[in-house]
Amino acid sequence: MSSTAFVGQRVKRLEDPDLLTGKGQFLDDLKLPGMLEAAFVRSPFAHATFTEIDAAEARSMPGVIAVLTAKDLPPKMTGKRILLQVPHPQITYAVTQEPLATSEVCFVGEAVAVVIAESRHLAEDAAERVIVDWEPLPAASHCDAALKPGAPVTHACMTDNVAGRLSLGFGDVEAAFRNAAHVIEARYEPHRGTGHPMECRGVVAVYDLVSDAFRIWSSTQTPHNTQRAVIDMFGMAEDHVRVITPDVGGGFGPKNQVYPEELVIPAAARLLGRPVKWAEDRREHFLTTTQERDQVWDVSAAVDQDGVLLGVRGTLIHDAGAYLPWGIIMPYISATTLPGPYKLPAYRMAVTVAFTNLVPTTPLRGAGRPQAVFAMERLMDAVAQKLGLDPAEVRRRNFIQASDMPYDMGLTYRDGAPVMYDTGDYPEAQAQALSKAGYDDFPARQKAALAEGRHIGIGIGNYVEGTGLGPFEGATLRILTNGRVAIYTGAAAAGQAHRTTLAQICADELNIDVTDIDVVGGDTGVMPRGAGTYASRITVNAGSSVRIASVELRGKALALAAAKFDVKPEDVELTHGAVRIKGEQGDSVTFEELAKMTSGMPGYALPKGVKPDLEASGYFTPPQATYSNGSHVAEVEVDAETGQVKILKYTVVHDCGTVINPMLVDGQVQGGVAHGIGNALLERMVFDEDANPLTTTFADYLMPTAEIVPNCDIVHMESPTPLNPLGAKGAGEGGTIPAPAAIVAAVENALTPFGVRITDCPITPQRIVELISAAQDTTQEDR
Amino acid sequence: MPDALPKRTITLTVNGKEHSAETEDRYSLADFLRHGLGLTGTHLGCEHGVCGACTVLVDGQAVRGCLMLAVQAEGRQVVTIEGLANEDGTLSPLQAAFMDNHGLQCGFCTPGILTTLTAYLRDHPNAGEPELREALSGNICRCTGYDTIVRAALAAARTIREGAKA
Repeated sequence: MSSTAFVGQRVKRLEDPDLLTGKGQFLDDLKLPGMLEAAFVRSPFAHATFTEIDAAEARSMPGVIAVLTAKDLPPKMTGKRILLQVPHPQITYAVTQEPLATSEVCFVGEAVAVVIAESRHLAEDAAERVIVDWEPLPAASHCDAALKPGAPVTHACMTDNVAGRLSLGFGDVEAAFRNAAHVIEARYEPHRGTGHPMECRGVVAVYDLVSDAFRIWSSTQTPHNTQRAVIDMFGMAEDHVRVITPDVGGGFGPKNQVYPEELVIPAAARLLGRPVKWAEDRREHFLTTTQERDQVWDVSAAVDQDGVLLGVRGTLIHDAGAYLPWGIIMPYISATTLPGPYKLPAYRMAVTVAFTNLVPTTPLRGAGRPQAVFAMERLMDAVAQKLGLDPAEVRRRNFIQASDMPYDMGLTYRDGAPVMYDTGDYPEAQAQALSKAGYDDFPARQKAALAEGRHIGIGIGNYVEGTGLGPFEGATLRILTNGRVAIYTGAAAAGQAHRTTLAQICADELNIDVTDIDVVGGDTGVMPRGAGTYASRITVNAGSSVRIASVELRGKALALAAAKFDVKPEDVELTHGAVRIKGEQGDSVTFEELAKMTSGMPGYALPKGVKPDLEASGYFTPPQATYSNGSHVAEVEVDAETGQVKILKYTVVHDCGTVINPMLVDGQVQGGVAHGIGNALLERMVFDEDANPLTTTFADYLMPTAEIVPNCDIVHMESPTPLNPLGAKGAGEGGTIPAPAAIVAAVENALTPFGVRITDCPITPQRIVELISAAQDTTQEDR
Repeated sequence: MPDALPKRTITLTVNGKEHSAETEDRYSLADFLRHGLGLTGTHLGCEHGVCGACTVLVDGQAVRGCLMLAVQAEGRQVVTIEGLANEDGTLSPLQAAFMDNHGLQCGFCTPGILTTLTAYLRDHPNAGEPELREALSGNICRCTGYDTIVRAALAAARTIREGAKA
């Protein structure tokens, strides 16, 4: 039985000392001898064809080594597109990007050539002089309009913009609506934003001619996916492609893709025989790094006279952007997330995925869930308004109860397993959130504020989130000859403190300090198989693998020491970095000595009972997703003159099962809420009718700052899951998922005197003033 | 475009050490520190002056390294994240407070936040939360949601008031 000296504690991070002193090594910090730098030539049009690229002048410029177009790439790459991550039978046109476009570009920023030069500055100078004979074509600029008859098509070879259709549901929806006392209909439109890690993307590639092998560093969440894509593109053996993640400055989903640059830069390094680096700048990030959240929900709820749900039905249009690197899994997640913590007898959702001439959409912190929760929670608020009930009470009447667990929703989740909620107490989560938020006193607060001419409001957001998805994430543990313990894992960190979390799990099993452990992650060279850091899955998957491997390694260390002392394994025990014979004055042997024993001596047999494997590997394979949940309550003040929103108080009740490190989980939740505040109030990628992006700097696209994001009051409930040995669930995205729903509900509640209804987000000051003005006009017309 | 890009040699003090190095006239101070001097602790997050990741101290003032040209730093005293620790190499009160309060996650924006707060706390050791939040409003952090950064700054301010150097 392990002790818990570390698991559950607020252990300080092993990552911090380097990062606090400028010793981190991020992608753009890498400098290899002879390294060249790259700049890409990108499409200025959302949709265009071209036949000629004139790079003569660029090639003659100072410091320029090469300008490569699709024709200049190795023949093996000709006609190939990036590997599709998640195929699905309902995809109509499974199109991903070419490494460099050959004749057609489908969004602003798509790359057609790359300049390789002695410095990035010189490469950019030359990229400006590359001339392309563009033939602009009409562009699809919004997913709703893209599906209308006669809309411009995203790809010239297509006849319409349908990328895929899905229909899912359960129960007798028609009967539910026939028998309803009330039917509430609404259209909800969450808008596009993106991840914006503070470090943009980047790639460094080296090609070793002697061994025909690549070493590639990428600022990615998924080195193994990049490795797979490179193998697929170049037709190489696995052990000839090593992908390494240096320190990664945030991911949030968009770094979970394989991008053209991760294939073109290796190709250039091989062609030129020199290391090549490309570091994305923020403008490129706005143009080319994947985004998410444009959806149109037309949904109806059927309820009885008490506001109890009988059924929900509707349609969902999901904006895929120009390509499908992740297939159509996101709208699938959206549609399966919508029912949330509520008992829904009947449900039917028809999903249409639309291509548009915008940068592709892929999972972004929440991955289709914030939109689904926005639609469902707004619908619950609409039910409350219609029936004159308190929004909290409507939710209370519909919750799945703790006694209903495990709860089979009646849907199949994106992992192929049933949507089967494992553990959780949703009514209790809301009750605690309301209590902490002072919900019962709010009407009095609101009345008092209104008497002073201040508009304050309160809103609720509840959610259930499938986390910890498979297939697996492995870990190998080894006791080293210096006495330290190494954890090797495929998991790549981008700020989540994997080193600390995984070390905590291992330290408890081996009875050592976290500082005695080295964690090496995100390197295909140390771990041949890996999935990636997405879907709030690393603690569940890699953490469980570390636990499994730690238990095995513990057994091996005990057995080895027992053999050395010629005693039974049950007569020895682990002490701090050593194994000793139990009892007052028992002999002991250090980890260092044990590791050296297993190394043996040249030419000599190993001692009896000693095997050269003081290591253990674990590959935890979860049977299904494990479902985290939570309740958020936002209290806001809205300036009805300017539309400015101030968040006065933000309460989170969060249940991610067993908490390994509360400090880190608090950090994930607080940071996630900040992202959700961006989605609720600030962050929107705006495109014109020709699909040109209009928000391409942080002056146009506003990110949450310290003055906007309040300190969240966070409460942890712990409903351990039986689905993994830690009892843990994912925690990385829950902060974001219900925040837009809760905040927009609070803004609407604050504007009750004006009768404003809010159905989209982000809700900017300008939009709030428009809505107030429109509501007042309507009121006057009514008179 | 001229064949030869204009260059000149500049002399400046960085983290207490004098450097003389050649730079293209067009290089930003941040590019010069990173590529010219190899001080890669200063990070570039947007290169248009909004995110604050590249903030360094120039003659004690917090300055965006992406908006100042390297040649403008001629003769000046520059301090980067590599120069913030105590002389014996231990973490400064501010750096230590960031570790104690989980003031960073990915650590990419951290250099700019530490330099910004180093200057601010030196001048405003009595700052409270609202002032600190305003002081931080020019630095974007995507990971933390800022609260732990504010806690760290408040903790560091207490230490500094008790007599330690920022």
